[in-house]
Amino acid sequence: MNGLLASLGTSIGRKMVVAVTGLMLLLFVLAHMAGNLQVFAGPEALNSYAAKLQSLGPLLWAARLGLLAVFGVHVALTLKLASENKEARPTAYAHQTSVQATSASRTMVMSGLLVVAFVLYHLAHFTFGVVQPGNHELVETLADGTTRHDVFSMVVLGFQNPLVAISYVVAMALLCWHVSHGVQSVFQTLGLQSARSRDAVRKASLGIAALIFVGNASMPLACLLHLVDIPSGN
Amino acid sequence: MNLTLNVWRQKGPQDAGRMETHYLKDISPDTSFLEMLDLLNEQLMGEGKEAIAFDHDCREGICGMCSLVINGVAHGPQRATTTCQLHMRSFKDGDTIDIEPFRARAFPVVKDLAVDRSSFDRVLQAGGYVSVNTGGAPDANAVPIGKEEADKAMDAAACIGCGACVAACPNASAMLFVSAKVGHLAHLPQGQPERTRRVGAMVSAMDGEGFGNCRNYYECEAVCPKDISRDFIGEMNKDFRRAALGGR
Ligand code: HEM
Ligand code: FES
Repeated sequence: MNGLLASLGTSIGRKMVVAVTGLMLLLFVLAHMAGNLQVFAGPEALNSYAAKLQSLGPLLWAARLGLLAVFGVHVALTLKLASENKEARPTAYAHQTSVQATSASRTMVMSGLLVVAFVLYHLAHFTFGVVQPGNHELVETLADGTTRHDVFSMVVLGFQNPLVAISYVVAMALLCWHVSHGVQSVFQTLGLQSARSRDAVRKASLGIAALIFVGNASMPLACLLHLVDIPSGN
Repeated sequence: MNLTLNVWRQKGPQDAGRMETHYLKDISPDTSFLEMLDLLNEQLMGEGKEAIAFDHDCREGICGMCSLVINGVAHGPQRATTTCQLHMRSFKDGDTIDIEPFRARAFPVVKDLAVDRSSFDRVLQAGGYVSVNTGGAPDANAVPIGKEEADKAMDAAACIGCGACVAACPNASAMLFVSAKVGHLAHLPQGQPERTRRVGAMVSAMDGEGFGNCRNYYECEAVCPKDISRDFIGEMNKDFRRAALGGR
């Protein structure tokens, strides 16, 4: 069965693809978060960052399509694995219990599917402007008279709606939950941890998950509490 | 001790099966779990009913024949212990105990609590041979093996192939069993020539038998009567990764 392609037909090979795509999604989430945290640096920082991304043009689209493909593969494969897992035990135990499996590990499909729902909502909100169309149309006029998308105001005004802000915080809690098992799982699946390193891997996994939650949830919460606000006079 | 026992009854592979309740009185806490079932069977036969079928052989914790999922846990509540070595002192007077077979598509129920685990034999067969020189018996210790490596090989070789890992896994995955069988040879020089081929063949055979996919829950490790570590799964994944990437 040697060879990369043949290995994709096996349980471990598919799991490795899930692990690698999960890792890529994680790197995206971290980079996305780092970029967005510029909301704390004010309108100029966030809006010029957004304009720079937009100016990448075809490169941006390549990245978007790549990300979509990675996301699609991760979701499709995990759902396939999950359905095989269901078939592997046709009769359920009358007495169900677990000894040491974490709740996060047992709810990966659920947390993952809720993340899919959030991603659709998030795209509808900030990318396609369907959720709050008024905020999405805001533009900023620069000193030289040209205009650009006012991402800062869109985000801040958007998160001043408590329902929107809370939904983002809840979604980030779910992602944090998913990743808390996900990162340590990657190391086991790819055979990168040993008896000596596995406790450190577990702690790092929880740390990365916590970082994703704190970093991402800080933005809607700061806007909701007016710690970040539209500059007066605008 | 007085006990209420909910036991899985299934006439044969095609029967749907159901839980059946029985009451057992005056059981000594020093009775082993299987002796307790023997007593229940005597009681049933005395009433003219059919005895409950369950697997057992050595009753010494070494053959891997006994099974049972007791209150949802393969081999019952005591860690690193086979069902045959479990005693009723692990339970309380008046307890209700749920007793089910190991459940997995790859372990079809033969009757009641007895399941067919020959899928494990086929996975082992797929592992194939190890190369050994013929001729006179080699000198003892002619092949030096470090203590740590020898210990790891022995830890993996402690697997008695009972199938508790499959029974406990929410996905009915056989990764702990297969990784122990791959692992005991991977840690010895005698296992090296066929190492790459072996891991691929055994994983393919495992998939072919209809076991589920590992999701790193580690329930297998928690119920293993021989305390086989999850680290062997990680090591097998590593061997598999190297084989897939063409290395070794
Ligand atoms: C940004 C989003 C996401 C990130 C960062 C992420 C990350 C990860 C990581 C790192 C793993 C561990 C891989 C392994 O087991 O070795 C994983 C597993 C998993 N992911 Fe995701 N994931 C994301 C989205 C999703 C979505 C949308 C789903 C939807 C179904 C999903 C479902 C799963 C499932 C079911 C597993 C367990 C797979 C298995 O072991 O059988 N994930 N994820
Ligand atoms: S009967 Fe042999 S291990 Fe339990």
